[in-house]
Amino acid sequence: MDLSSINPLVLIAALMVASTPILLAAIGELVVEKSGVLNLGVEGMMITGAICGFAVAVESGSPALGFLGAALGGAVLSLLFGVLTQYLLSNQVATGLALTLFGLGLSALMGQGYIGIKPPATGDVNFGPLADLPVLGIVLFSHDLMVYVSLALVAAVWAFLKYSRAGLILRAVGESHEAAHALGYKVVRVRLAAIAFGGACAGLGGAYLSLIRVPQWTEGMTAGAGWIALAIVVFASWKPWRVLLGAYLFGGVTVLQLNLQAAGLAVPVEYLSMSPYIITILVLVIMSSNRGRAALTAPAALGRSFHASS
Amino acid sequence: MTEALLNIEGLTKAYPGVVANDDVSFRIAPGEVHALLGENGAGKSTLVKMIYGLVRPDSGRMQFGGAPYDPPTPHAARAMGVAMVFQHFSLFEALNVAENVALGMENPPPQRQLARRIREVSETYGLPLDPERLVGDLSAGERQRVEIIRCLLQDPKLLIMDEPTSVLTPQEVDILFETLRKLQAEGTSILYISHKLEEIKTLCDHATILRLGKVVGECNPRQESARSMAEMMVGTALHTPTRGEKAPGEVVLDLAALSVASANPFGTSLRSIHLEVRSGEILGIGGVAGNGQDELLAALSGETPAPAEAVKFCGQEIGHLGPNARRRLGLLAAPEERLGHAAAPDMSLTENALLTGAIREELVSGGFLKWPRAQGFAERIIAAFDVRTPGPGNAARSLSGGNLQKFVIGREILQRPACLVVNQPTWGVDASAAAAIRQALLDLAAEGAAVIVISQDLDELMEISDRFAALNEGRLSAPRPAKGLTVDEIGLMMGGAHDMEVAHVA
Repeated sequence: MDLSSINPLVLIAALMVASTPILLAAIGELVVEKSGVLNLGVEGMMITGAICGFAVAVESGSPALGFLGAALGGAVLSLLFGVLTQYLLSNQVATGLALTLFGLGLSALMGQGYIGIKPPATGDVNFGPLADLPVLGIVLFSHDLMVYVSLALVAAVWAFLKYSRAGLILRAVGESHEAAHALGYKVVRVRLAAIAFGGACAGLGGAYLSLIRVPQWTEGMTAGAGWIALAIVVFASWKPWRVLLGAYLFGGVTVLQLNLQAAGLAVPVEYLSMSPYIITILVLVIMSSNRGRAALTAPAALGRSFHASS
Repeated sequence: MTEALLNIEGLTKAYPGVVANDDVSFRIAPGEVHALLGENGAGKSTLVKMIYGLVRPDSGRMQFGGAPYDPPTPHAARAMGVAMVFQHFSLFEALNVAENVALGMENPPPQRQLARRIREVSETYGLPLDPERLVGDLSAGERQRVEIIRCLLQDPKLLIMDEPTSVLTPQEVDILFETLRKLQAEGTSILYISHKLEEIKTLCDHATILRLGKVVGECNPRQESARSMAEMMVGTALHTPTRGEKAPGEVVLDLAALSVASANPFGTSLRSIHLEVRSGEILGIGGVAGNGQDELLAALSGETPAPAEAVKFCGQEIGHLGPNARRRLGLLAAPEERLGHAAAPDMSLTENALLTGAIREELVSGGFLKWPRAQGFAERIIAAFDVRTPGPGNAARSLSGGNLQKFVIGREILQRPACLVVNQPTWGVDASAAAAIRQALLDLAAEGAAVIVISQDLDELMEISDRFAALNEGRLSAPRPAKGLTVDEIGLMMGGAHDMEVAHVA
């Protein structure tokens, strides 16, 4: 085994890229759950975003338009969930699961003509001399734009929830929809907006996979990333910075175990492959193990249907 | 009469199958405290929801300050100067006080400025509050302060209060009334909804009485007796529960240093509770909601296991036993929440009768249900307790609160308990059903059962209990004979000043 082939700086840079799809999907789902809606369709919205983004980018030749298309595709699919659960009061868990299955099928259909094509390349952001800095240069200043967008999004969501009035209303709706309704807030509208935002974020995450990380289109390419995003939101106790931590931890262990496999570590590959899931969940479970506090942070109206009575 | 602040004429609102308000008219003068009286289901809530813009009337007109008034949303009502304190608090437990206040305002200032104004206003009106605290950690009285301050910060012209005192100690009620009088002196009108008639007599200038959606009378509450107003509300003469004198018998239930941690993060853990109940005795347990009532009921019914020796039933240690084992021995319980805890809302009355009666009424044999017998049991409950329902096949949810409560209590009483524990037996129940339930509890005790009544209605506890104790932050005060207890003494027991209470009496 040759551990010296693993360069820690390259590893850190690679983990940021590996984590970005999950981070994008998870931060969107965090907003959705903060508004009191449990959308289990993250996986379906991600893969739909992946193919929408891929198709738009290939047809237009512009990765930026591709990401826009992905966000739109994810949002449209999520609004299907929104209409079903918010207006027709269908069960959120069942509808979310159906959305995942639907998204997987829809993306496979849409992707028929795109298998084996290379998308237009997304360039890294040019920071000029900053990129040549030792250590920091490779870790911080050598990425594509979406990595920075995802980090900015975490900060924006955190500030929105903590400091803005709209964020306060969103949390209030997720805490007690009856009370919010009694005070005259539009529960359904707030939730639909949150669901669409979550869909757009999941779509971006999917497009990041198909346009940058892989980059090509294959059926079912999200391979459970949406489920990990869901788990990270819960174990991160619905806190944006912890979502970042969870996503990077998962990405980091994924990259590390791939490197270890390449270096020929004498552990069966299966154990290495499962390690990111186990370690991420273990760490987040320990962090949220204080039962009383954990119960406090879950939005109290999470997953409950709202119907304005009289 | 001077120019009215709010003038309501012919307001009507119908829901499918029921007319909630039928041609309701009344007026509120500036600076008047106006009471709205009525049984549950009389249409009080619908009426105030229309004034607050939550519900649109089918027909009728409202005028506010001389101008036509028809608020499409609560925002519009608040902009006009109408504020409302809700019966079930419209608060968010996981948010802090300042955030909760901000949510109820149209144009809240930045948080820091708002926190300062909350402190100012709360001190001006003698309602101290810390804006930084989480509402989930506040007592019921403090929560109500949050609601009131939320209203006061908007300088309302009309303040609507929906049953504000149902969760307060007598001392807190006094503070509230002082605040309301101060507001009244400043020219604010108050629309006060309650069915506590003594309160209305002390506070209100004028009362409108609703029955089945119609205005059935108006009066000056200061010139009426509580009884005459109650009879106007109900429409018939009221039956006062009666009881005979008897000497208490053997100790049936004995709690020794019972401590149980609450299962709910916002709940109250029980701390070292001692109590004894004898056969033929009713022990009333008072206290403001959220001081351990639900936890005490769960510990007695067996939902929460306790150390075996902490709960003794007829000398036998039963703390570790679950609900069914305790039922078999004769310790039965009826929890507070009718829909979801005491009864399964979507199951029929027969099925609900079976759920707790299966063991003592022998409704099960060899794992199979005896449906005819279960239905017979349900029919017996319906007949004995005058439950108004088409039949035992109806879903529990379809019954009104009072009827379902009669069913739930009756179901336990007919199983001939040696000890019955009830929590809030008459909460949200109309006066005649409440009287029937209290009478049934008295009769049960007269037949030799031990009864524990946990309630927040002090008048009820004074009426039926032999001894009284109060729960406060999970601790139980020493029980005292109910006869001769004054309101002040009860308030002190509920407020937790156990040491002061001794000095007070001596």
